[in-house]
Amino acid sequence: MASPRKRRRDVTPALALFVREWRITRRIGGGASVGVVFFLILVAVMPFALGPDLNLLARLGPAILWIAALLATLLGLDRLFQADQDDGSLDLLINGSLPLEVVVLIKCTAHWTASALPLVILSPLFGLMLAMAPMPLALVAATLAAGTPALTMIGAIGAALTVSLRRGGLLMAVLVLPLTIPVLIFGVAAASAASGGAAPFLSPFLALCALSLAAIALAPFAAAAALRQVRE
Amino acid sequence: MRLRAWDLTIERGGRRVIAELSFEAPAGSGLIVTGPNGAGKTSLLRALAGFLPIESGAFALDDGDGERTVGEQAHYLGHADGVKAALTAGENLAFAAAMLGGDSSRKAQLAALAALGLSHAIDFPARLLSAGQRRRVALARLLVAERPLWLLDEPTTALDSAAQLALAALMRAHLKSGGILVAAVHAPLGLDGAQELRLGVASEAAA
Repeated sequence: MASPRKRRRDVTPALALFVREWRITRRIGGGASVGVVFFLILVAVMPFALGPDLNLLARLGPAILWIAALLATLLGLDRLFQADQDDGSLDLLINGSLPLEVVVLIKCTAHWTASALPLVILSPLFGLMLAMAPMPLALVAATLAAGTPALTMIGAIGAALTVSLRRGGLLMAVLVLPLTIPVLIFGVAAASAASGGAAPFLSPFLALCALSLAAIALAPFAAAAALRQVRE
Repeated sequence: MRLRAWDLTIERGGRRVIAELSFEAPAGSGLIVTGPNGAGKTSLLRALAGFLPIESGAFALDDGDGERTVGEQAHYLGHADGVKAALTAGENLAFAAAMLGGDSSRKAQLAALAALGLSHAIDFPARLLSAGQRRRVALARLLVAERPLWLLDEPTTALDSAAQLALAALMRAHLKSGGILVAAVHAPLGLDGAQELRLGVASEAAA
């Protein structure tokens, strides 16, 4: 963006798409800030439901943060392609100079940086409300950073499948949540390692990284194929 | 360059909307698609843009870019105009230009908007624009990125008479420079010498 203006400022399509997605999420409500507030509220109501037992809260802390992050990440993902479908700009994206798979990947990257990255950064702060010790807090943030890309990418497949449905949000959650179970298992297992979990930290953490990498590699193809098929 | 279609058949939901349609549009010519509601005008344009599968037949852009599909060499402007409400008119055009392979400088945006009489609105958020003004932003896309084939679905919707004249001038300029235009319309567009492709209502439902 800050490059000096030359005779013809050619912005690469990929950068232009990323900047556009960023601007739209920043300007429309329901973007990053609401996701963070939703995350905060989910974490804040847990002590009311579970009671003020600090040991119990600290033990359940990683699981609570992970479930809250899972729900907050999926929130807003249903509009990932639907907003573009509704106003016709998906036509532009399909016949543009980028392959649809790359479009999906860039949209997911922008969505992740705008709505999942703030959760990762703020999760240690919110973990304090669950009486978690410093070490588990750091581990939860690390596992969220490694695992949320997989959640976003898997969610994108659901968003692509439900792109032409008026009320696709709930159906998308139903489609996507079962697929996120492996991510949740390894994420919580790695995050609980420091607070007396069953497994050591490293092996579930590496499995989590593998899940994210596989999702980044495969989900764009699945989502792009779904977009091509489902749109009529 | 020439757009050709052979025996094009398009089905939607089991109903045959276009049956064995053949046409040709050489460079510099306009093809005006007319017909009653439900005659398949939009389906034909969306199929040419690559958004709808065709049942049988084929279409091609002769002497076009062999590495790109017809849709990737075309501007498609449909009922939904693809203008993002959260972005300004200029940002919309900058994105379209980058995405469709054009000039994303502010100068190009101003020139394109000026051609449609909207250069004062370049920094307005699109959500504050009226329907006709948003339509004009969408039409300005045709100018910031150069593509040989224009597929326009009722391009004059919501436009006032001055903007309709400006659009007619743009279309004539596009044809003069060797472009091809396929437009679905109900009202005359003010293009001389354009062929008319009249679609009827396909009455027989395919089994």
